[in-house]
Amino acid sequence: MIAPAISSARRGAIRIDDVVKVYDPDGARVLVVDHCSLDIAAGEICIVVGPSGCGKTTLLKSIAGFHSVTAGAITLDGRVLCGPGQSQADVGPDRVVVFQNGALFPWKTNLENVAFGPMVQKTMTRAEAYDKARQRMADAGLTGYEHAYPGQTSSGVKRRIEIVRALMNDPTVLLLDEPYRALDSLTKSVMHDALLQMYARNQVTMFFITHDLEEAILLGHKVVVMTSRPCRPKKILEVDIPHPRDPGVLGTRRYRELVRETAETVQQEARRAFELGEREG
Amino acid sequence: MNEERGRDARMTHLGRIHFRVAEWFRHPHLYGMLVGYALLLGGWYLAVEVLRLPRFREMPGLTQVVHEWLSRDPTFGLSIHTPIYYSHIAASLRRIGIAFFLATAVGVPVGLLMGGSTTFREYVFPVFEVLRPIPILAWVPLAIILFPGSETPVVFLTFLASFFATALNTVLGVRSIDETLVLAARCLGASRWQVFRHVIVPGALPFIFTGLQISIGVAWFSLVAAEMVSGQFGLGYVINTSYTMVQYPTIVIGMITLGVVGTATSAAVRLVGHRWMAWRAKELAMEGR
Repeated sequence: MIAPAISSARRGAIRIDDVVKVYDPDGARVLVVDHCSLDIAAGEICIVVGPSGCGKTTLLKSIAGFHSVTAGAITLDGRVLCGPGQSQADVGPDRVVVFQNGALFPWKTNLENVAFGPMVQKTMTRAEAYDKARQRMADAGLTGYEHAYPGQTSSGVKRRIEIVRALMNDPTVLLLDEPYRALDSLTKSVMHDALLQMYARNQVTMFFITHDLEEAILLGHKVVVMTSRPCRPKKILEVDIPHPRDPGVLGTRRYRELVRETAETVQQEARRAFELGEREG
Repeated sequence: MNEERGRDARMTHLGRIHFRVAEWFRHPHLYGMLVGYALLLGGWYLAVEVLRLPRFREMPGLTQVVHEWLSRDPTFGLSIHTPIYYSHIAASLRRIGIAFFLATAVGVPVGLLMGGSTTFREYVFPVFEVLRPIPILAWVPLAIILFPGSETPVVFLTFLASFFATALNTVLGVRSIDETLVLAARCLGASRWQVFRHVIVPGALPFIFTGLQISIGVAWFSLVAAEMVSGQFGLGYVINTSYTMVQYPTIVIGMITLGVVGTATSAAVRLVGHRWMAWRAKELAMEGR
């Protein structure tokens, strides 16, 4: 039912196959991800929600290749990104992370930040990279911010610049870790609009972590509700509202139904997490 | 067209200078500073030459020092009109320059290595921890035994203090870098070397420059200590010999000169720092500092 939007992108299918992640600092084995399996189609926006500290970020970092997994494997278009025994994780420019607290380089201007990917990879000359960066910033309505430093730029604009920077490499996957968490609701709605427009242009696969259920339904093709630690999908909701979407979606009945449905599932899980915490504490 | 642009640039440049000077005169900073100096000099003048307090009996007075300092024919042979005055300043500056340069050239890379490589840090840092608290004066005998002549021991001692300050601040700088910036650079496709060049070095730079400012300060401190013990020229030497030869006004001339030259070198380091870190200055300005 959501096939039309997805079919145009051919790359970027992620398969998380029975992944287990055990953190073992000082011998205290902590099971963070427990036999988690999840398929994300190419060009799909997969929203991940779940109680705080449930291991969503661990999963995201595994896909990014920042660390390996204890068992199971994660593949991207059939290529193994990380599996057990693969100590040297594969961090690639095909998967770019947008971090929770922002990670623009404060000593580079916004334009230099955006041009960073192609510059370090030497896929373009300096002039080409800057031209492309300027063009991409213009497309995202960010003209005029090129020569300012991130420290002089408002947080909403910074988040947009960071996403533009992530897309400069034309990655197949975008990994977003609560990217809009620190923003006020007004700025947030501007961000959602910008993200949807960006998605309409280049259907990139997204693994998008959030706590905001309305954001989840507005943006996602599917919403995965995770169990509290150890992390595993509890319920997967297909959001059958066709893309391209716009903020008009917010007024529809189907949207409200889906938000309610998700909220119930998340609440159950949050309560369980809370009770578990109470018992442990 | 080009010429016109050049003139425009010059005009705005002049305008900016004019604006800054005007600002400076309007600002309470200047008057506070003048009051501060007036209090210091007035207190000195009063205590020594007007009230003649017994404690300050041997202390050279303000007028006496100024007279000696500006005299064409100074009683003790040292004033702004004698070439020897400038050779002393030059000797001290040269030693500071060499020592500071070496300390930076060695200290920054060592600090970056220590900050970046756990193995290197584990080997070297404990040694640092023990060597650092040893006062520079305690190094004097060893320095004289180890190095030939009277020049190299002085430079070595000056280098030593600077080196520790620079290296330790560089380590702190590297450790202060947000880990997510490194991860971000890596997933944008940066190699290890590129992470080092584009993230570690600029990220550590604010701390490195703080280190350099401390470094230039302690360099003067240990330079004077070293010159008083060993050395044939330099401001520390001037102060020490004037003391033994009971030329008290010259001591104060040496001290004031140290103050002025020391401030100038610190200001120069600060200026370079601001130039290199425009992003930082703008960030601080945004925060209203």
